[in-house]
Amino acid sequence: MDDSDYDGQQGGPLGPGGPLAGLSGSPTPGSFGTTSRGPRLLAGGGRRATAISTASTLVVVGALVAIFLLAPGSAEVRHTFFDPHDMWQSFIGNPKAGYYSVGAAIWLNIRMFLVAEVLILAFSLIIALIRQSTGPVLFPLRVLGVIYVDFFRGVPLLLVILAIGFGVPALNLPVVSHQPLPVYGVTALVLSYSAYVSEVYRAGLNSVHRSQVAAARSLGLSQPAALRYVILPQAVRNIVPPLLNDFISLQKDTALVGVLGAIEANNAAQIYGSTVFNYSSFTVAAILFLLLTIPLARFTDHLIERDRRRRLAGAVT
Amino acid sequence: MTEPEPAAAEAIRIEGLRKSFGPNEVLKGVDLSVATHEVVCLIGASGSGKSTLLRCANLLETADAGTICLWGSRITGPGIDQNLVRRHVGIVFQAFNLFPHMTVLRNVTLAPVKVLHTPRAQADEEARALLDRFGLLDKAGDYPDRLSGGQQQRVAIVRALAMKPQIMLLDEVTSALDPELVAEVLDVIRELAAGGMTMLIATHEMGFARDIARRVCFLEEGRIIEDAPPAELFSNPKDERTQRFLRRIVDAGRL
Repeated sequence: MDDSDYDGQQGGPLGPGGPLAGLSGSPTPGSFGTTSRGPRLLAGGGRRATAISTASTLVVVGALVAIFLLAPGSAEVRHTFFDPHDMWQSFIGNPKAGYYSVGAAIWLNIRMFLVAEVLILAFSLIIALIRQSTGPVLFPLRVLGVIYVDFFRGVPLLLVILAIGFGVPALNLPVVSHQPLPVYGVTALVLSYSAYVSEVYRAGLNSVHRSQVAAARSLGLSQPAALRYVILPQAVRNIVPPLLNDFISLQKDTALVGVLGAIEANNAAQIYGSTVFNYSSFTVAAILFLLLTIPLARFTDHLIERDRRRRLAGAVT
Repeated sequence: MTEPEPAAAEAIRIEGLRKSFGPNEVLKGVDLSVATHEVVCLIGASGSGKSTLLRCANLLETADAGTICLWGSRITGPGIDQNLVRRHVGIVFQAFNLFPHMTVLRNVTLAPVKVLHTPRAQADEEARALLDRFGLLDKAGDYPDRLSGGQQQRVAIVRALAMKPQIMLLDEVTSALDPELVAEVLDVIRELAAGGMTMLIATHEMGFARDIARRVCFLEEGRIIEDAPPAELFSNPKDERTQRFLRRIVDAGRL
């Protein structure tokens, strides 16, 4: 329904020259020139615009590099954070010298991220469905859901990691208190992130119109079948960008598990720094994290753009 | 009912149906019966309870009081398998409500495959046959947002028919359509009526109701005010409220 209204605004059969031209505010060449100069400058001289933007980029980047190089402590900083020898040494590691390979340690971050991601997707969906449920029988569960989300969104992730990582082993229970450190780290990540992601899911479920449920149920589909085949696919499609955004954040936050003593990239870099007294290892860790997050960020942008194009294509016809 | 009919021929029997939304009582005791193969149209102003009546008959809304029976079997009250009832009673909505993330073909085959467990190949074949019958076969692979409103509504009808319902409920199926698209949908409904489909139709298309219905019911404020064959109801309405409603329709140039 909204789409068809939108259609009319966009032109459709009436078009910019139709009777609604004045109403829909279609720009005439004259008004375009006065109201939106920015786009016009760029569109006017493509090559010139490219030249200008290249030049301004060079000036800005050049100024920043100059400040960095000319600063009184520049040589010191370059040696401490960007020493190629130390960067390489920390990347490959040397157990005999008492430090770990940052390059190897990032694998732990990747593994923790992958496991946590799958668990978060499943667990947060359950929480979202509980919070969306309407039956009176599930009332206590709904209350629990609200408390859960409020609590874990409110407590800093670092505290959750510390509480789980030190608290659960201290309980001295069979099995659960005797797990490797990354297990506690992943547990804390899942608990904390599921609170956020369940809200994203909930927004997605709410974005699907109630009439879709009615249509599915009217065909004889059970409530779970309607959810699975009709509601969830549409909900998930709507929330892919915010979900990926949260996962980019999750990739970085695996570094916090280092506080427990697990040898992930950040902790390995810290050990290198306090053993060799050079912090180039942190630069290596930063570069490795960027190599992980940037592809996912670009992929997210790609999905958003594809979705936008698809919706526009749908509106044109 | 003025004359007794054999129970088996009575597809829908509604007695004393009441439904409230909060303090707002939408249905205030509706009695209605539809015979097998009969087409009954519900007319009345917006808010008179036509849609709610249809949604109750499909169990999308739970009646507060009263009974609904299909071929003598009660479907209201506890212990009713809603999904089983809905297999036999198809409903088509004003806003089409197609599934936007599925192609036309998947829209049509979803329920047969998931509910009736029809093998996919057979469901596809039956769906294509239905789409072909209503001139939509070339749209089978398209997504709903590529279709015109009239095409979408025809697909919605095909989707309901794919479950092979014995009764179809149509809830103002042409109200959301541009005027030039109304005819193609009404033609589909005429074909269904000609094929003997039992239908209960809420509509604002008075001319259509007069053509297709064997009986027309006028609803106002949650009650059926008048229930008569169309020739009688439209040209010689007995109740003063029906006369007033029809006068407004005529004044608006819609009859």
